[in-house]
Amino acid sequence: MRRERLVPNVVRWIVIALLIIGGLAMIFPLVWLVSTSLRPAPELLLVPPRLLPEHWTLDNYAKAFASAPLLLYLWNSFVFALVSTVFILLTSTVAGYIFAKFRFPGNNVLFMLVLATAIVPFEIYMVPLFLQVNALKLVNTQIGLFLPFLVLSYGIFFMRQNTMTSVPDELLDAARIDGMSETGIMLRFVPRLLAPAIAALAILAFIQAWTAFIWPLLILNKPALFPMELGLSQFANTRVDFGLTSAGAVVAMLPTLIAFLFLRRRIVEGITLTGLRG
Amino acid sequence: MIFPLQAVRAVPHRTWLRYRFVFIVLAPIMALFFYLRILPTATAIVMSFFRWELIKPAEQFLGFDNYLNLLKDENFRLAFFNTTIFAVATTILSVFLALLLATLLARFVGGRIGAGIEILYFAPVLVSMVPVTLGWREIFNYQHGVLNAMLGGVGIGPQPWLSDQTMALVAVVILSVWKQLGYNLIILLVGMRAIPRIYQEAAAVDGASAWQQFRHITLPLLAPVTLFVIVITTISSYNVFTQVYVLASDVQGAPGKLVRVIVYDIFENGFRFFKMGYAAAEAVYLFLIVLVLTVIQFRFLRGART
Repeated sequence: MRRERLVPNVVRWIVIALLIIGGLAMIFPLVWLVSTSLRPAPELLLVPPRLLPEHWTLDNYAKAFASAPLLLYLWNSFVFALVSTVFILLTSTVAGYIFAKFRFPGNNVLFMLVLATAIVPFEIYMVPLFLQVNALKLVNTQIGLFLPFLVLSYGIFFMRQNTMTSVPDELLDAARIDGMSETGIMLRFVPRLLAPAIAALAILAFIQAWTAFIWPLLILNKPALFPMELGLSQFANTRVDFGLTSAGAVVAMLPTLIAFLFLRRRIVEGITLTGLRG
Repeated sequence: MIFPLQAVRAVPHRTWLRYRFVFIVLAPIMALFFYLRILPTATAIVMSFFRWELIKPAEQFLGFDNYLNLLKDENFRLAFFNTTIFAVATTILSVFLALLLATLLARFVGGRIGAGIEILYFAPVLVSMVPVTLGWREIFNYQHGVLNAMLGGVGIGPQPWLSDQTMALVAVVILSVWKQLGYNLIILLVGMRAIPRIYQEAAAVDGASAWQQFRHITLPLLAPVTLFVIVITTISSYNVFTQVYVLASDVQGAPGKLVRVIVYDIFENGFRFFKMGYAAAEAVYLFLIVLVLTVIQFRFLRGART
């Protein structure tokens, strides 16, 4: 009896050890990036390279900040992601609620249209979209950058499903009897019942805009408007100094990692909740 | 006094009032939606049948010429080939490894240790693509990169990760599997934890080995989630662009040129050569691939449910 329990325990610890080694290998590139950014120039060319710098330095950061407006890029990304998230939350919650709770002619047709576009990747229609934005003379402007990120087909679908499952008709009727206006119900009452879904969608929307790359690349060539991803890639494309590019990369990663430290559970929940749509 | 709900609702909210509310609220959203999604998608299809340039829209109707010319276009064929290899390799590796890890985590590790290990694997998902690609660009560097140093340690010569076309494709796959793995792992773990333990316990009582439990209980019950992960990974892999653009510059430093992928080819045809109708036809091909994958997913899921 005792031996039977002992053997699986040994196996269990071996498996855990292997999983931890694999996990450390997973974060190695991130650690390496940070370590490279803290190396003085001569140590960058060391063969074989060492895991940690011998002489720690912040010179690379000073040089990186001096040669590219990294903080401006971060700010641009933040504004972009924030505007996109607010719009997507508003349009998705409202449209999702209407599709879920109101019967009107065309409800099904319109919703099917939304659903159908949810499977069309952005890359498919980016050329015509560029022409539209060009026709509006919005190339190289912030509004042109924001435009495609104001609605999210999947967001409307997601909020409709959540409204159907977590907003009972009885509660809506009760609110109506209490004399709440339709607008009040839609913008104040319903969102409170949908808080977890809204949080998940907010995380999805924010990450989507924060990591956007090809649209900013198409629409912007004024560095002052660049979000971080585009700014960093242009910054690194013209440079081969690893210390410098690593410092830039760490600056770009830092906000995400800090956000994750504080919102770990919410982010993982959000990703699984919006991911498991199949 | 209790009214039937129907009666209460019918009086204060006359049908036309409700329609007016729906219209006022929904119209602006649908207008935006139409302008930003429906219109460009429809235009892409129309454009694909025309010679269409930035300053000369709808210059000449071509029928299926764009589509046929693409099939003969060396660049497009290379892009299609590279993207397919990339998508298949990335999907197989990232899903297989995620399944393996999820099984081990679900079976042997729980609680705080499990959560801690999950974070390690999940970290690459969180950070955005450009900074991590820059990190990998250093790791893959021919002379000073840590990967070639490690390979040297086990007696393998330095590999031209970022200058040879094939090796660069391998490098992009490695980076992408690393980036995707944690996402697939988390989704599979959620699916695995949703399988009631009682099935495995019953099988264990009946004398099923660990492998038999996995093969005959976990795997079939997990099939819909696994399929979802496979399809999502394949679709996003077919749309690969950012990491290739940042990692695979050619000798002249032209970003993304070393490993030509479909989205890069669309980008080049549309915005460097301004052959926008041609680029649109290419996008429609890409969409057909995505569509087939989506249909497969729905078919299988419906099959699994009935």
